[in-house]
Amino acid sequence: MNTTGKRPKSFYFLTAFFALFILFLYGPTLTIGILSFQGPSGGLTFPMNGVSLHWYFKLFETQAVGDFGGSLTRSLLLALAVMITTMVISLSAGMAFRKKFRGSGLLFYLTVVSLIIPSILVSLGIGLLFNQAGVEPTWYGSAFGAHLTWTLPFGLLIMFAVFNRFDKSFEAAATDMCATRFQTLRFVVIPLILPSLVGVGLFGFTLSYDEFARTIMTSGSQNTLPLEIFGMTTNVTTPVLYALGTLTTLISFAAIVGTLATLSLLKRRRSRIQAG
Amino acid sequence: MTQSRLSYLQAFPLFAIMLVFLVIPTVMIVAVSFWDYNAFSIIPDFIWDNYDFLLTSPVTWQAYGTTFFYALTSWALTLVIGFTAAYYMAFHLRTTKAQTICFLLATIPFLTSNIIRMISWIPLLGRNGLVNQALLSMGLIDNPLEFLLYSDFSVILAFVHLYTLFMVVPIFNSMMRIDRKLVEAAIDAGASPLQVLTQVIIPLSKSGITIGTIFVFTLVMGDFITVRLMSGGLSASVGVLIYNEITLLQYPAAAAGAVTLLLTVLMMLAILFRFANIREDL
Repeated sequence: MNTTGKRPKSFYFLTAFFALFILFLYGPTLTIGILSFQGPSGGLTFPMNGVSLHWYFKLFETQAVGDFGGSLTRSLLLALAVMITTMVISLSAGMAFRKKFRGSGLLFYLTVVSLIIPSILVSLGIGLLFNQAGVEPTWYGSAFGAHLTWTLPFGLLIMFAVFNRFDKSFEAAATDMCATRFQTLRFVVIPLILPSLVGVGLFGFTLSYDEFARTIMTSGSQNTLPLEIFGMTTNVTTPVLYALGTLTTLISFAAIVGTLATLSLLKRRRSRIQAG
Repeated sequence: MTQSRLSYLQAFPLFAIMLVFLVIPTVMIVAVSFWDYNAFSIIPDFIWDNYDFLLTSPVTWQAYGTTFFYALTSWALTLVIGFTAAYYMAFHLRTTKAQTICFLLATIPFLTSNIIRMISWIPLLGRNGLVNQALLSMGLIDNPLEFLLYSDFSVILAFVHLYTLFMVVPIFNSMMRIDRKLVEAAIDAGASPLQVLTQVIIPLSKSGITIGTIFVFTLVMGDFITVRLMSGGLSASVGVLIYNEITLLQYPAAAAGAVTLLLTVLMMLAILFRFANIREDL
């Protein structure tokens, strides 16, 4: 409220509140991160019984905890495919929505419904559809489609926010200088909205990589990583579960940090271009 | 190419995916909810038995009671916590940099695995967990508290942990668009901090609050995994019932449950959408 001067008392109270909120968000995950380094005789809770990488090695012995390597590979490939598809389709649809077209309202509400419809319904519906059509559900087919119904609404909403603030005079200038539609898109529009497009990609990747509910009926006989983890929660009672949790969280974090680094790089390059 | 034809072409991929993976599957569920089934297969038919069984079973009504209890409690808690966090970021942090950092800190957990975030409560809340160990060593309790894990308490705690972000982000977003001059004018006109909050900021954050409410309500209503994991299988929400029927391969019964759940959620959304215009609020 005030931009200078003494802080009101409420500021310190709210800072403490916010710090507790952040601790609440991250604390438990950090706890399992620490516990994943238990010694070989350590259990699911504190105290730590020695420190080792034992449970991480266990993770890669396939028979012990199921197919960790295979499910990780599948989840990563699926997430990459979902990421790219989400970026392309959201951009395309975002461009379409800049002009009114017949059915645009319907398509918009359809996409919003896709976001708020219970995931288990989508999963069950797609599973049933594939079964009745006689097509085997697979992680790269039916699960891919199921994940898109979750990532595309986020992508489209972000594109809406972007194009609501987009200055059309850049495009008009390009057209005046005889740029084709494709050239305008390639050299004017995409560079301008690239940071948001990278954000859409991040959402697509991590939402797909961690998605459980929309995968359960749609991935067929081969597990993705979240399904593997869910299976482990019911029958694994060693810190190997924490090792897996920590490792997948680190992969999500790497995706987020990588994206943020890309964004700040883009921002710096842009300010350099504008300065020079 | 004319502009409108280009628009159709650009919108088509989205439309095609929504048609194949959302509309047709939903139609499929509605159809299957009228089918018959036995232990081995599902049989195309048109019978009301699935709904008849569903709506007359006390288990269903109990599950709806549990689900609404979870939804309302989680909603109230996420609203209070989310609003306070958003208010702090929007009105008490002075630099854009501080706001961005805090916003990112709050958003990142949303992008990591829900199941892992649930599991991570176990070493804290379990019988031999950190909380019990701490309370025992301080002498505050004599025996470990049993209600911390595998109870309604742990289910709601997990919901708050998972979904408060869905309140923070839209509320922060609408708060950032409040013209700061309105706040100053209110102060100049002699409003107390409490009056500024209740008569200026809350009304102007209404659309963010509504969008957050829509998210939290629909996510909790349709959830099965949080309830299953965090209650240790001791409570059943509507989602858990559907999930159990799926694992038993009773697809028509699961489909009838899903249709009923969908209608319930849609009715609630119809009420909530009166409070916000999503498309204009972006």
